[in-house]
Amino acid sequence: MANNEIVKPENLVYKKPTIMNDNPMHYCPGCGHGVVHKLVAEVIEEMGLQDKAIGIAPVGCAVFIYNYLDIDWQEAAHGRAPALATAVKRLNPNKLVFTYQGDGDLAAIGTAETIHACNRGENIAIIFINNGIYGMTGGQMAPTTLEGMKTATCPYGRDVKLNGYPLNITDLVVKLRGTCYVTRQSVHKAAAVRKAKAAIRKAFENSMNGKGTSFVEIVSTCSSGWKLSPVQANKWMEENMFPAYPIGDLKDIDTLV
Amino acid sequence: MNEEVRLMKGNEAIAETAIRCGADGYFGYPITPQSEVMETLMALKPWETTGMVVLQAESEVAAINMVYGGAASGKKVMTSSSSPGVSLKQEGISYIAGAELPCLIVNVMRGGPGLGTIQPSQADYFQAVKGGGHGDYRLIVLAPASVQEMADLTALGFDLAFKYRNPVMLLADGVIGQMMEKVVLPAQQPRRTDEEVVAQCPWATTGKTKDRKPNIITSLELVPDKQEENNIRFQAKYKKMEENEVRYETFMCDDAEYLIVAFGSAARISQKAVEEARKEGIKVGLLRPVTLFPFPKKPLAELSKQVKGILVVEMNAGQMIEDVKLATNCSVKTEHFGRMGGIVPSPDEITEALKTKIM
Repeated sequence: MANNEIVKPENLVYKKPTIMNDNPMHYCPGCGHGVVHKLVAEVIEEMGLQDKAIGIAPVGCAVFIYNYLDIDWQEAAHGRAPALATAVKRLNPNKLVFTYQGDGDLAAIGTAETIHACNRGENIAIIFINNGIYGMTGGQMAPTTLEGMKTATCPYGRDVKLNGYPLNITDLVVKLRGTCYVTRQSVHKAAAVRKAKAAIRKAFENSMNGKGTSFVEIVSTCSSGWKLSPVQANKWMEENMFPAYPIGDLKDIDTLV
Repeated sequence: MNEEVRLMKGNEAIAETAIRCGADGYFGYPITPQSEVMETLMALKPWETTGMVVLQAESEVAAINMVYGGAASGKKVMTSSSSPGVSLKQEGISYIAGAELPCLIVNVMRGGPGLGTIQPSQADYFQAVKGGGHGDYRLIVLAPASVQEMADLTALGFDLAFKYRNPVMLLADGVIGQMMEKVVLPAQQPRRTDEEVVAQCPWATTGKTKDRKPNIITSLELVPDKQEENNIRFQAKYKKMEENEVRYETFMCDDAEYLIVAFGSAARISQKAVEEARKEGIKVGLLRPVTLFPFPKKPLAELSKQVKGILVVEMNAGQMIEDVKLATNCSVKTEHFGRMGGIVPSPDEITEALKTKIM
């Protein structure tokens, strides 16, 4: 069968979302960011919200997310994305407003902005990539770095006497009455990717329906920072990150979880 | 609402005027001596009338970043605070300047450094006029000297912010914020419609439509050549402000042999000092900068040729005096008189300083 007989719309089983542009991504091999970017793009496209979407970019590895998704973006200062999103959504209630943040941005320098946006129940979606390390700055300790895990600023492993405990901020935001949906997902396997996409879609629907704050944590890898191959990093994540940050829904006001 | 004459505090006049000039949002955090701005807004409930959003943020840091987000979507937004709170806002102000966004930031100054005092001061002149946050940027800085000017410069501040896509600071102090005077409030303007926002701010994040590329609001540019280009563009804009936006007032300068330069509350008191000195036959005048950036360099340079000495009166240790000396190229004797720590000088003190320091 010739190629031109196969390449027909009715045979299409997968395509790049139109909202993703052709800029080459700067992410390292094995990084979860590219997959999550694609999911965000797919959900916006499927919901028909390109002309309503306003994304708030973080400081961290995803700082250039605005180079990859063809929607309007605001680049926040480190940790401040939920504050920007708060104002954008309040001033533009019919828009889809979401933040995309890493663990250092969301759970260290931006803790106050995160907690208070969630507590006010801002009608925004927060997408939180947790890989337990500062990737962009070269692999320093994050608030979510596991006990004993080695990074550039805890080279002998995270010592709780010196550095305190890993911060499970997702468990904290569950307790806040402003959050309507809190979930923890991953993108290391095809099935996990499908579930993560469904979670992002639900979060975006909640934002548009004014249900409160949706918080989607994606437990992810950082093969460069962890100094593991992409395959080893996925295995390490399953064995070490998942016990500390278990995958699944933590709160959903629709189903009263 | 029509134009209206009222008796009110300076802080209240800011709130009333913001609503009346069609502001879209206010984001703030309580701090003395300016809390009446947000209190007034919350009491007036403009979200029920004009649709203006008013939100008490969790911190000054969050408040200025809410302003950043709102401004980036083309909205007419503001925040207000006092000195320690404005220090906290500096990160956000630098980002807003770097991303070239319009907004109004009110600083009702109190004495410092640190927690300092809640009494009036003008010690944030350097912070407001010279940059404050990191990087080469400028704010347009407006210095009201009356409750009327709290209203007028709030409206002007929004206009200039959008004209130049630049943050504007209203630099008041505790005296102007707290004192009550008669004020003429402007008539209610409608808030801009979404279509008007898109037309006025084609750069804003209003949602990417098919007919344009994505709008990206950022201060980030890692390529040095491009970042320098950005900086050159900023500097060109600041130069335009210097050419077009200088505002000042003179009082009894025509035959003046001596000159007082003062802004805000210090200028009000200095005007009284000028009147008293004139009664004693001393030919003294007053120049009051209304814009601190851009600074009225030319009129000062002109007056420096006419007068024998300049006294710069400020409620600080001597900050604006540096700009006065630069404007006049130190061509005439220039001395400073100031009180600090929240003390407001009396007209007599100023007249005395004039006699001992300049004459």
